[in-house]
Amino acid sequence: MKFSEEKLKKVNEIIARYPEGKQKSALLPVLHMAQEQLGWLSTEAMDYVASLLNLEPIEVYEVATFYSMYNLKPIGKYLFEVCQTGPCMIKGSDDIVAYIGDKLGIRPGETTSDGLFTLKTVECLGACGYAPMMQLGKHYKEHLTKEKVDAIIEECRKNAAINN
Amino acid sequence: MGVKLLLDKAHIEGIRYYDAYRKNGGYTAVEKAFKTMNPEAIVEEVKKSGLRGRGGAGFPTGMKWSFIAKPEGIPRHLICNADESEPGTFKDRYLMEFIPHLLIEGLIISSYALGSNVTYIYIRGEYAWIPDILEQAIHEARANGWLGKNILGSGFDCEIYVHRGAGAYICGEETALIESLEGKRGNPRIKPPFPALKGVWDRPTVVNNVETLAAVVPVINIGGEAYAKIGVGRSAGTKLISACGNINKPGVYEIDMTISVEEFIYSDEYCGGIAKGKRLKACIPGGSSVPILPANLLLKTAKGETRYMNYESLSDGGFATGSMMGSGGFIVLDEDQCVVKHTYTLARFYRHESCGQCSPCREGTLWMDKILKNIETGKGKKTDIDLLWDVQRRIEGNTICPLGDAAAWPVAAAIRHFRDEFEWHVNHPQECLVRNFGLAHYADPREVVA
Repeated sequence: MKFSEEKLKKVNEIIARYPEGKQKSALLPVLHMAQEQLGWLSTEAMDYVASLLNLEPIEVYEVATFYSMYNLKPIGKYLFEVCQTGPCMIKGSDDIVAYIGDKLGIRPGETTSDGLFTLKTVECLGACGYAPMMQLGKHYKEHLTKEKVDAIIEECRKNAAINN
Repeated sequence: MGVKLLLDKAHIEGIRYYDAYRKNGGYTAVEKAFKTMNPEAIVEEVKKSGLRGRGGAGFPTGMKWSFIAKPEGIPRHLICNADESEPGTFKDRYLMEFIPHLLIEGLIISSYALGSNVTYIYIRGEYAWIPDILEQAIHEARANGWLGKNILGSGFDCEIYVHRGAGAYICGEETALIESLEGKRGNPRIKPPFPALKGVWDRPTVVNNVETLAAVVPVINIGGEAYAKIGVGRSAGTKLISACGNINKPGVYEIDMTISVEEFIYSDEYCGGIAKGKRLKACIPGGSSVPILPANLLLKTAKGETRYMNYESLSDGGFATGSMMGSGGFIVLDEDQCVVKHTYTLARFYRHESCGQCSPCREGTLWMDKILKNIETGKGKKTDIDLLWDVQRRIEGNTICPLGDAAAWPVAAAIRHFRDEFEWHVNHPQECLVRNFGLAHYADPREVVA
């Protein structure tokens, strides 16, 4: 993978936020950019990021494997990350996970065969007062009910159809 | 209505943007600080205010600031800790999302006080939409002369950058946060040296929570002495509480630390009582890592006195019969909730979030998760409860950072106060799968019929 000229400009802007010679500090933000473009972080993508920041590839791998938001395997077009920690659990997150799983025919960690949806359980996302909830891309879907889950899945399918 | 200093303008339309914020008294604290005070005077004012760190530890902010080393020629940095990840806590998110300029204003004053020309906001990666809001506010502040070169003719330059994490609770610990900002794994550092001496890029660094830095604005506006008079004793000022669980009105509330826990839970101004007319069973009053309390010890201390929503009262009785104010993540459990299952989800959380650096934490959180899962699913043995106690005891105090303690405390408190519930699970392996233990003698004493 490669970044466009525009994205390379953005990378340089990010590097400039940190002192000279400390471009390693740009690693997390630049990995986010790579993942946004590719959907996940392949070895090739991580090597590319290493070359941009003048780092050894291992410095990138050890960071990418530490943080839970970096996907080290390809995922579906829509990633449902359902919180299951205490405050969400007492508001019924188990039922939401089971419902999504049944509806899509997958278990947490799996992707639908059409490559559209991946279901993942995650730990506390800081939306405890609006539980149960999940992260979908950049945003949170809160106060989840079965009806709301249906609507979200429907919307994703519609968007996917339009984009195709 | 209690005093409000942070959320008093939260209801104003458009307060997220500069014009409304400025029109309603915004940036007057920056004006006052830059025009009438020098950095030392600001630090003194914050000391006088009695403001304590709002992230969980409650360390006096002014004192923390006064520790920062000032070696000649080496830049210093302020970092805002917006890595809010403690289960039950979502107050910083609210502040950043709805009143971002309050944080930016606090950051400008605090940067000036500490001599930080480049200040970073380290925000948890999952709050992916909030950096845009913060960057917009930073842009507006700069366009209006509150940021950039020679702010208000003071000769002081300041830039603020937002830095997104990527999913790691441990990065809320200040040295892990610093490692992460340096582009590394979030492994906490051994202290000393403390960040005040050697922090990010080995430069003197102060890391403060979002709410703490926002609170600097009212401290400057009304003065440290006036701020210290709000609240009670060493619990000065106001505190944001994020309330969740089985209550009628979950959300973020600002309290002035003189109200009782009972009022906070039952009054319509705050939580509005237990949802669906159920009874209160237990509560974790300060984020997942502080001890859980059964209703009877939550509303009254062991001495039978009213328990209040402040640092001292919540910790009255120590860990034997008290808890902690912590981050203000207030998790309420009603009579239908299973303490064993809830504790299991927290143990699983800490297992997931342990950085793996220290063996007692890495191995201990794994075993607590396993044992609790067994007990919860009816596969536990009688000896497991003592084994669990033993494991948590061997984590506490034996790790580089407080994550080990944070993982051990909820398990210890659950066993301490709800041991009969654990025993019931072990003795009723089938029944525990279909119903919970109920209230036993934990209920709110006001509701127990003699």
